[in-house]
Amino acid sequence: MVTAVKVSKTWREIPQRYRLEANKCNNCGKIFFPPRLICSNCKSRDFAPIKLPKEGKIYSFTIIRTPSSEFKDYSPFAIAIIELDNGVKLMSQVVDCDFNDLEIGTRVKLVFRKIQEDGSSGIIAYGYKCVLVKS
Amino acid sequence: MRDVAIIGVGITKFGELWGKSLRDIFVESALRAIDNCGVKKIEAMYVGNFSGGLFVGQEHLGSLLADYLGYAPIPAIRVEAACAAGALALKQAFLDVASGFSDIVLAGGVEKMTDIDTGEATYGLAAAGDREYEAFQGVTFPGLYALIARRHMYEYGTTREQLAKVAVKNHKNGAKNPYAQFPFEVTIEQVLNSTVIADPLRLLDCSPISDGAASVVLCPAERAKEFTNKPVKIIGVGHATDTIALADRENITTSKATVEAGKQAYKMAGVRPEDIDVAEVHDCFTIAEICAMEDLGFVKKGEGGKAVEEGLTEIGGKIPINPSGGLKSKGHPVGATGIAQVVEVVTQLRGEAGERQVRNAKIGLTHNLGGSGGSVIVHILEAI
Ligand SMILES: [Zn+2]
Repeated sequence: MVTAVKVSKTWREIPQRYRLEANKCNNCGKIFFPPRLICSNCKSRDFAPIKLPKEGKIYSFTIIRTPSSEFKDYSPFAIAIIELDNGVKLMSQVVDCDFNDLEIGTRVKLVFRKIQEDGSSGIIAYGYKCVLVKS
Repeated sequence: MRDVAIIGVGITKFGELWGKSLRDIFVESALRAIDNCGVKKIEAMYVGNFSGGLFVGQEHLGSLLADYLGYAPIPAIRVEAACAAGALALKQAFLDVASGFSDIVLAGGVEKMTDIDTGEATYGLAAAGDREYEAFQGVTFPGLYALIARRHMYEYGTTREQLAKVAVKNHKNGAKNPYAQFPFEVTIEQVLNSTVIADPLRLLDCSPISDGAASVVLCPAERAKEFTNKPVKIIGVGHATDTIALADRENITTSKATVEAGKQAYKMAGVRPEDIDVAEVHDCFTIAEICAMEDLGFVKKGEGGKAVEEGLTEIGGKIPINPSGGLKSKGHPVGATGIAQVVEVVTQLRGEAGERQVRNAKIGLTHNLGGSGGSVIVHILEAI
């Protein structure tokens, strides 16, 4: 497995991992996360940068009980496709929750967390996970 | 374009083949396919392989496998489309023959997955999805299909028991397949009580990690009778892509690439879903077979679970699906799967499937899907 990842990769991904930077097609309005150079919907290359909203709801979810090698210390953990309030969907872990409280439609918000601990390259990767919004 | 026929097929036993290497199993399957039709030479070969690099640390498989098959210096091309690599090799071989560039071409698929432990294999399989936005967050392949299953259950009322019934049916078929990794039957209770892998999917909803290889030999249809009295013509080819990341799809319960590739193949073949006598579809997980049946038009969207429950997809049913045992029971050496599906359909159309023979099968379909649906290739075959 590829473990000796250089700092440049982690650094390059900071705008999306830390700040949820996306872009929006100025012609048709489609939003891309991560940002793209050409719109798959209308082929426009004219985009404006935007930040994703932090709240949304669970579109589907699962509990990972047989993780890949780099996540084995976290197992079991919940992962979901989150539909954010602007309609964009993304994959995220759901943390600090009782698995029994997870349902399709449950409100969640994105928070900043450690995603993976340092492998042989010594880098700790941070990014977004989500927690339940208490009603 | 010329008409193209499959004249020879060969497959290895699927399973944990600890005594054999990637090159050993590929050559074994290729020699069986060559012996099956008696061709004296191969002019070119295409090999489907997902990740020799991550699973055994070996790339440049075109050269390696042509060398060990004893056919270097023929041109040899390794192709990759995740779990659809095998069918992609067949498509490229088809184009080579159909265009008139080559006459006798071998299409094979191979994967050696058991030289590394399960965690590493899971890491390797995650390369079929979006490494930066799916695997990075910790989702595994069973996890992606668990998300699809949960949503399918939510939208259409598909039940846990219906998913289990797919595994039961495929194991029942696989028990009659001497090449299957798990040639034994399982009960609904065994599926429902097996270890949870990614809720709601359990161990017996998942295809295994496997070693194996399969090969076929193609030639122009007009020459087919020189080599075999039971040639099978490739009458439809469909190939489509979709977003690599599952979350980027409008609706995760439909594989748009399956719908599109199916449409292309049906159109080229001039047939409809109801004309298909037997199908091998990509059941990497039980939910995947239900989605494939729906997206290929065998049943209406949302009615796949019910169709399985009613036995429509059994060998004696209205639309027999995965008589080989499918990926579930036969095994899923990723790059070999697409060709193994074709080997099964050719065997069925030749009437040589023994105990698992579908009666009067004349037209068959194969559906090979890569990743969570990023690539799909559909072939339609007809006995001539
Ligand atoms: Zn646009």
